[in-house]
This record gives sequence, structure tokens and C-alpha cells, in this order.
Amino acid sequence: MLKLSFGDRVMHVTIYILLALLAFTTFYPFWNAVVISLNSGMDTAQGGITFWPRSFTFENYGVVLNDSRLVNSFFISILRTVVGTFASIMVTAIFAYGISKKELMGRKFYMVLCIITMYFSGGLIPSYLLIRELGLMNSFWVFIIPSLVSVWNMIIFRTFFLGLPAGLEESAKMDGCGSWGIFFRIVLPLSGPVVATLALFTAVYHWNDWFLPSIYITNEQLLPIQTMLKQILNSNIMSEQMSQLDSAAQGQMAKMRSVTTKSLSMATMVVATLPIIMVYPFVQKYFVKGVLVGSLKE
Amino acid sequence: MVQLPLGKEGKQLPVRPGKHPDRSGRNGLVRFVKQLDIQLMVLPAMLLILVFSYIPMYGLIMGFQDYDIFLGGFRGFFESPWVGLKHFEMFFDSPEFVRVMRNTIVISLLKLFIGFPAPILLALMLNEVRHMVFKRFVQTISYLPHFLSWVIVAGFVMSMLTTDNGSVNIMMQKLNLIEEPINFLSIPEYFWGILVTTGVWKEIGFGSIVYLAAIASIDPHLYEAASMDGASKFKQMFLITLPSIMPVVIIFMILAIGNLLSAGFEDILLLGVNPVLRDVSDVIDTYVYRVGIQNSRYSYATAVGLFKAVISVGLLTMANYIARRSGNSLW
Repeated sequence: MLKLSFGDRVMHVTIYILLALLAFTTFYPFWNAVVISLNSGMDTAQGGITFWPRSFTFENYGVVLNDSRLVNSFFISILRTVVGTFASIMVTAIFAYGISKKELMGRKFYMVLCIITMYFSGGLIPSYLLIRELGLMNSFWVFIIPSLVSVWNMIIFRTFFLGLPAGLEESAKMDGCGSWGIFFRIVLPLSGPVVATLALFTAVYHWNDWFLPSIYITNEQLLPIQTMLKQILNSNIMSEQMSQLDSAAQGQMAKMRSVTTKSLSMATMVVATLPIIMVYPFVQKYFVKGVLVGSLKE
Repeated sequence: MVQLPLGKEGKQLPVRPGKHPDRSGRNGLVRFVKQLDIQLMVLPAMLLILVFSYIPMYGLIMGFQDYDIFLGGFRGFFESPWVGLKHFEMFFDSPEFVRVMRNTIVISLLKLFIGFPAPILLALMLNEVRHMVFKRFVQTISYLPHFLSWVIVAGFVMSMLTTDNGSVNIMMQKLNLIEEPINFLSIPEYFWGILVTTGVWKEIGFGSIVYLAAIASIDPHLYEAASMDGASKFKQMFLITLPSIMPVVIIFMILAIGNLLSAGFEDILLLGVNPVLRDVSDVIDTYVYRVGIQNSRYSYATAVGLFKAVISVGLLTMANYIARRSGNSLW
């Protein structure tokens, strides 16, 4: 190996320092949130909590897990993610398989209709009025039905299906298998990695979405955890502004409880992030591949 | 290497000369029935696209109407009275117009000039790292924020910046940079900086994946030849790596320019909660949301949204036209 010149060594050291700094700034907010959520709220209010909890407690999580509204919203999120991901992946994959067939009549017409929607849409207000007209307001199905078909995912699926060897299907056809049979018995089992990747991205979308429920759902029983969390954080900001006006009274109130809104919202945030952190290490290899599949077709 | 499906379809189109006698009339119908199984795979999905994408597109005409709420969704689209360009003129004449346009363009340009090169820079730096464990460690951590919802990210930002013992205030006080904690999220001067920094924090790692892949496909002989000629690593970065990934950079640049009027939505909605910030936080998308959903001025908000959509398509087409002359384009 060639020896590095002095200039190159300086550059390498700088790069390592910058990257370590980036890793730290990315990781620190997570760590700090976990630390505050594990620290007694009253103690946190006295300040100085950064890297380690000072007065360790599970109290905050106890309050979160006993709050029936939060627990309910957590289950709504899970239900939405599971049903929404499964339904969308199935519908989109079947759609893509159909459109990948060269003999399909109107193939080009269908494709053009799909591609237009990638560049142009009716926007927020007409969609909002449509959803209202369809009676999907305050219905669980508003999470599922409008996002059943993803044109983006369809194109990635289609590219994958077009790359499968034609011989596989020929032999199945000889055995008297129809298109649906071929799809479910041969094509789908061969599509493991693509399905995993796209399911991951779809699931992340469903888990993270807070905006749709905030405009379509007023029934608190149907709110997912992200939207719930947004409301909690907003009320935090409000109380912070209030505390600036009347810090004495606010201080009195805080002293009466050992669990504060801050420690509570940190615990909720950790709970809402946990599912993603938990699956993240297992799917990392898939999403790197997935992004590449996506961008190659872009 | 990078190609849009539209381009692909476009290239397939001309290679079909001649007539298709079997496509017309009765024969077409027979063929359709024969392939009913695959048509049934496509038609339900197309119906969903028609309903959830094309009906709202048709609904855009309400930007030229005074939408009548009492007629309801579909009838409202068809039967509301026409008013021509009234809502567009109202928007252009409104006191918010200048503010909204200024914020949209400034925030977009800040995101373009800082948020766009950041992942490229990260990819270039990661490429120089020889310790694989360290590289994977940085990558794993930096990808993670992309998968968090904006609510969580906004929660992090608030918790870092709060006057109530936020870590940033603690650090700045320890370093004697400030005397009293600063309430960053209620001071308009800081808002754009916070917004851009947060955006970079969330997307820098994930955005670098594509560029790392492009770097990985560069022929290693180029580097060998360059070192033989005595080019330093630093020079190689600028003379080999950067030019080699330029096609990918240009494609993403075109897409970014097409999104110039989408300055942000979720991030601004969540971080700009404080009404004090409205002067610097109001962009087209949040304005449409506030006026349309919260104040129920449907026709007016639709007109504003349509104005944005039309300019965006124009910008995208223009950027693509310019890029095509350099040989890298979307279509």
C-alpha cells in the first residue's frame, strides 16, 4: 500500500473527526430522550440531565402505560400498520404483475395514467372533500383505502417481475395454472426481498403518519400514537409559554407532581419510536438494496 | 444507468409500425374476455387510482368556481358557479402573497444549497474511511433519523432547544456563550436555520446511500492511474469521484428543482407552532392547509394549490430541458 502524504493524512483525520461528530449529534437526541424518560420528572425540572439519569425511575413509563388513551392509540397504530401494509403490498403487487404482462390490452394507457399521478395531483383540498364525500371521515378505513395502490411501488414490483425468467411461468402454464395461480404459487414466493423492502417502507409510512388522522379523524378512539404525541407536544409548548408569563404558579404546579409533562412526553416519544428501532437492525440490509432498486428506476 | 419509467415507455412506443387488425371491434372484445384474468388484476387498482387521484385532479376546477359546500363533494365539483380567475387574483393581491412567496423561495433555496450537497459530502467522506467497522457504525446511525416521523423529530428539536434545561442551552451556558437560556423556537431570526439544520440532520445519511452506490461503481483503475501520476487523495476526490457521480447528482438536482415550491410541510407545521413565527414560517403548502382546512375557504385554497402545482411542473420541465442538453435527463 502506498504511503499517504502529509496533506492526505490531515484530510483523513479531519474526516474521521467530522464523521464521529455527525454520529454523536445524530445519536445524542435519542439518548437524551431515553435518559429523561428514565429520570424522575421532578428531578429533571431542576436541570442538568444530559448523559445519565440522576434519579432513576420507571415511573414515567408506568404513567404512559396506564393511560388508556395512549395505550389505545398505540394499538390503533399497530392495527393500521399491519392491515395497511399487508393490503397495500398485495394489491400493488397483483396490479404490477398484471401490468408486467406484455399481452395485456391497454397496457400503455394504464401506465401513462399511473405516471401522470407521479408528477401531478389534485392536492390537499379536493382530496379532503372527496374523502369527506365518501364518508371516510372518522373511519378506520381512511388509513387503508386511499393508500392501497402505490404507483411508485408498482413500478418497482413491475421491474422486478419483468426480470424474472420467462421459462418459470411457461412450465406452470403447461401444468394448467392460470395467471392468478402463477402469481401466488411461483412469482410471489420468488419475490421475497422486494416484498420485504417495499413492505418496510410502507410500514414506516403507516407507523409515522400523523397528518391524515389530524385532518380526517376527530374521534379520539381512532387517533394513532403519532397524532396523539403531536397533541401532547403542542400542549407542552403552550405550557412553556404560560410558564414564561407566570413561572411562579407553574413551578408550584410542577412541584406537586413528580411526573412532569416533559418526562411524560419523552417516555411517550420513546414508546412511539421503539417499534422502528427494534426492527431497524434486521431490515437494514433490505432497505439499502431497496433504495437502489428505487433509484435505478427513477 | 438512471432512467425514468416514462423514458422507457417512450422508447418502446415507436417500434410498433403497421396495423393491429385483431385489436378493433368484436375481435378486441373477444381478446379482452380471453385475458379477463389479468385484466382483473389491473382494473381494481386502476379504479382506485381513478377515484383517489383523478377525481381530486378534476376537483381542481373548483379553483375557478365558488365552491358550494351545500351541494357536497361531487355535485359541488360540477354545479358550483364559475368565477374565472377571481381566487387567483385575490391571492396575488392579498397581503400574504409576498410573505408566503418569499418564505417559500428562501426556505427552498436554503434547503437546496445546504440540504442538497450535504449527503454528497457525506458520501465522499465515507468513501475515504478505511476502517469498515467505523464506516458501518456511522452509516447505521446516520440512516436512522430518516425512519422517524416528523413528530418525533420535532419532539427531539424542542427538547434540545427548550429553555427548560434543553441540552443546547445547557451546553452554551457551560461554554459561557450565553448568560440566560434562549427560547430558540420563539425567535423568528433563528427559525430558518433550525428548519434547515433539522432537515439535514434527518436526511443526510439516507440521502448518501445513492451516492455511495454510484461511487462504488467507479472503475478502481482510475484511482490507481491517478496515484501513479502522484495525485493526492484530495485531488482524486475532485478529479475522479465527483465527476463520476455527476449524472446521478444532476438527476437528483432536477427533482430538487421541481420541488422548489415545496419548501416543507410537516416540518414547518410542527416546528413553527408558535404564532410569533408566522412571518417567517408561512409557505404555500402550510398556507393552503390553514386557509383551506382550518378556515374552510375551499375554492381559494385550491386556487393557491393549483398555482403552485402548475409552476412546479413548469420548473421540472425547464430543469429537465437544461439537463437534457448536457445529456442527463429524466425523460
